[in-house]
Amino acid sequence: MNRVWERYSLSQRLVRFGFYFIFVAAVVQSIRHVQVIPEFLLDAPEQMADLFSRMWPVDWAHYSGSVHDALIETIHIATLGTIISVLLAVPIGLLAANNLTPNRLINTFARFILVSSRSVNSLVWALLFIAIFGPGPLAGTMAIAFRSIGFVGKLVGESVEEAQRGSIEALTSVGASTGAQIQYGYWPQIKPAFWSIVLLRWDINVRESAVLGLVGAGGIGMALDTALNLFQWNRVAVILISIFVIVILAEIIITRIRQKIL
Amino acid sequence: MTTATSTPAPRAHPKPFSMSLKAKCGVLLGVLYVIYASAQLDVTLARFVAGLGHAATFLNRMFPPNFERYNLLIKGLSESLEIAVLASTLGIFLALPLGLLGARNLMPGWASWPARTIVAFCRALHPVIVAILFVKAVGFGALAGILALTVASIGFIGKLFTESIEEISLKQVEAVRATGASFANVIIFSVLPQVFPRFIGFCTYQFDSNLRNSTMVGIVGAGGIGGTLFSAFQRFDYDYVCAILISIITLIMIGELLANVIRRVFLDNLTIAELFKGKPTYLPPPKVRP
Repeated sequence: MNRVWERYSLSQRLVRFGFYFIFVAAVVQSIRHVQVIPEFLLDAPEQMADLFSRMWPVDWAHYSGSVHDALIETIHIATLGTIISVLLAVPIGLLAANNLTPNRLINTFARFILVSSRSVNSLVWALLFIAIFGPGPLAGTMAIAFRSIGFVGKLVGESVEEAQRGSIEALTSVGASTGAQIQYGYWPQIKPAFWSIVLLRWDINVRESAVLGLVGAGGIGMALDTALNLFQWNRVAVILISIFVIVILAEIIITRIRQKIL
Repeated sequence: MTTATSTPAPRAHPKPFSMSLKAKCGVLLGVLYVIYASAQLDVTLARFVAGLGHAATFLNRMFPPNFERYNLLIKGLSESLEIAVLASTLGIFLALPLGLLGARNLMPGWASWPARTIVAFCRALHPVIVAILFVKAVGFGALAGILALTVASIGFIGKLFTESIEEISLKQVEAVRATGASFANVIIFSVLPQVFPRFIGFCTYQFDSNLRNSTMVGIVGAGGIGGTLFSAFQRFDYDYVCAILISIITLIMIGELLANVIRRVFLDNLTIAELFKGKPTYLPPPKVRP
């Protein structure tokens, strides 16, 4: 027997090459098909310079005028949306966890809700809710809430499924109801995961709620949209800077809280 | 006659699992915040109920979906797909060196902090806002979308790649270094094999997320199906909106399946037979809690 050691069998190699081939073909096809106007690409640096020169004397006075209120509204949208989404997502997440709800049909149904919530982008949710509730922060809040259900529900469901059986069996053996099992068996186990999921989602929601206004769903995006449409680039600059600052602040806050409670 | 053994009266125990004062205060604060924020945002029950009535008419007009303008639909979807493919490819190739440069356990400080700053900047702004800036720089069309999503990909993959390099075991690095390998060889033979599985994970995840966002950047004029969707909304063509949404969700689901297949090809070394059987032959080891 004189077999040479090979890392991958022929079949495994073929699958890999097949993937590489498809990848390269997709890239080549995309490059050939996508419409790029070379003149536009060539004068991009010039346009960028023009953009910054128009932004330059940053209109700081505009901040206290209307940006500040819009910024506060954005934070309210993100926070309220996160709270609503947690209230809606936790029951669905519990239904999706197979060890708590040992019924494949219900699990699949709950997972379907979670997947469809995640598949629709928050801007699309915002457009849908604008058609329902009219433009304004209510639509934005609902969009944030519905978009977050998938994220929160999926992660809560997964952390419930990872919970250890010991304390749950102890509770079942003394005849605890499902509610008591959740409260005393699962909740202490998933608590750290739960809070970090909520904080992470809040951070993401602060970012997302800043753009919802572009389609008319309230918050600082609306101020951005107005300034863009009027070509007031020095106001755009102040809005972009304040979005940037608020995103960084949100990240610092969640890092602090996480260090404190975990 | 019985001796009266005076049993002490049962003391009133506090409820064993009652909420602590801190938790009660937290709940109260939460409720107060919800009331305050609702008032600030003008969220009222009356508006909500009125909205439910609108929802009924809205859903009524959405169904049945209208696939008559499928030419426009397919054109938009394929442009979105192209944006996602090109942005992921560009983003991955640019994030690799940046992520490597940012790793503080391998690189000196003067190399790592600029790389980290670039990556942090790429991550700070939402892709749609970045797309607005690129629309100004390179004009309307797919190119702006590609560049915006490339920036988002660099931010995401670069950060996670740096973090996973910082978590590698240095034993293998030392072993390779002890053989007198050059710096490039140390990277190729001791660092990359350790982070490769996670790298594949990030890349497939980012492709997925680029696909989602590429259907969106069109709202600000950066190409893809988003523009068609937005104008359909503005013209109240809700049945066409429904058709677009169904196709977007289908595309995203296919993308997710594809990402799973890629992950299995590279991480579980799938053979052709296994690929078409559709069942994972490799079961992941049970998760062990520390």
